Amino acid sequence: MSPSRYGLLVGGLALFALVAPPGRAAEPSPARQARLAEIVAEDCGACHGMTRKGGLGPPLLTKNLAGYDDRTLATVILDGRPDTPMPPWRGLLSDDDALWIARYLKGETDVR
Amino acid sequence: MSASRIVALAAALVLGACATQPEPRGTGDLGLVVERADGKLLRVENSHNTALGEIGGLGDLSHASMVFSRDERYAYVFGRDGGLTKVDLLEGRIVRRVMQAGNSIGGAISQTGRLVAVANYVPGGIRVFDADTLDLVADIPAVGPDGKRSKVVGIADLPGERFIYSLFDAGEIDIADLSDPKAPKVRRFTNIGREPYDGLVTEDGHWYVAGLFGEDGLALLDLWNPQAGVRRILDHYGRGERRLPVYKMPHMRGWAVAGDEVWLPAVGHHEILVIDKRTWTEKTRIPVAGQPVFVVARPDGRQVWVNFALPDYDKVQVIDVPSKRVVETLHPGKAVLDIGFTPKGEQVWLSARDSDWVSIYGTATLKEVARLPAHRPSGIFFTDRAHRMGM
Repeated sequence: MSPSRYGLLVGGLALFALVAPPGRAAEPSPARQARLAEIVAEDCGACHGMTRKGGLGPPLLTKNLAGYDDRTLATVILDGRPDTPMPPWRGLLSDDDALWIARYLKGETDVR
Repeated sequence: MSASRIVALAAALVLGACATQPEPRGTGDLGLVVERADGKLLRVENSHNTALGEIGGLGDLSHASMVFSRDERYAYVFGRDGGLTKVDLLEGRIVRRVMQAGNSIGGAISQTGRLVAVANYVPGGIRVFDADTLDLVADIPAVGPDGKRSKVVGIADLPGERFIYSLFDAGEIDIADLSDPKAPKVRRFTNIGREPYDGLVTEDGHWYVAGLFGEDGLALLDLWNPQAGVRRILDHYGRGERRLPVYKMPHMRGWAVAGDEVWLPAVGHHEILVIDKRTWTEKTRIPVAGQPVFVVARPDGRQVWVNFALPDYDKVQVIDVPSKRVVETLHPGKAVLDIGFTPKGEQVWLSARDSDWVSIYGTATLKEVARLPAHRPSGIFFTDRAHRMGM
């Protein structure tokens, strides 16, 4: 990660700590988490494979994503990747949704 | 009736009465519905709209498709995980299964029915198998002009034991000739456009059309005059208009050819393009309820049925071909993923993944006539595809 990205991230975290109540207040509801897990399997799975081993899109296995921080992954999810078939999911997914999916893909959280 | 025939008949009746032997039946009304979350297939029949049982153990069936043997008894199922599985529709069981690649996208069966070809993402290329044994016959890498392997999409059969397919990364269309399976010959058409994402052969075997994702337009090859090369058509259809995010790639095998018209999904637009097949120019566009995924003509070509990418995938629209008007917007269930007509088109099956059912509509009444429970159903495949080129 570049220093400026890192700075942004730290800033973002600090801001988060200031405005967010204790705990994971931004965590999607359990029902929403179940829906997000379904979206990952079915809709992300359409290109990345239901088992995330890849397809038209690259694999999204835990080991493939280990080097990326949550915010970077969430940004790719929300804004897509220009000049590739990866679409921007903003509009269908909120910021919190995308961050949860990032952690879910990295194996750091699961549907509660 | 001769004495021996009578004895044979009597024996058959006794056997039948024992009920150990199932009644012989044909397979022309059979089909398979993909239940991808479980790696299962639901065996169905469309004469009475019933499920006959499930077949499990097929691996990752996301984006699974299949072709049928010419006797319509066997299905060759292409799984995302590179699995190629031969399924017996009569006995409802797996006959053979091979893991032939790391990641695959579809396949085709040759004109004689002796060869089955699989299109692979990883390693990029096609592999061809003996339809009886699933033994490997030929391994044909897809390598672009830059020397890199390319993902293969849009594979279809052509007359003369040939297969045609597109190279997603290389922007190329290749034809592999396996009339001598030991010495396959590949004819390449390069620079056909950016990122062909799928392709189709018209049922007369005359045209191959590849949809382009990386730019507007389509690549067209006249298979009766291939030396003329690939030409680009409709390369202005999206120009100057904002392209919407494409949450699901449109599929081309369903692309409708109705009379002199080809109906196809406009990538990133809520429209269907109607093309004049004689000139390959745009005739009109039809606004629809979302981004089309499958645009399928009823077998007689009088109606076209359309489903959509999310978030509009709870709808299905029916378009009257002569007037080009949407005559009905149906809500068959949640997340409608596929459209499968019965062989003569009096009914259509619609898989509603998130509703866990297949909804069956009469195509004349546009009313639901039956609903079959299925676990997260996706693709619907009936055996009449066996006798259609490019299917």
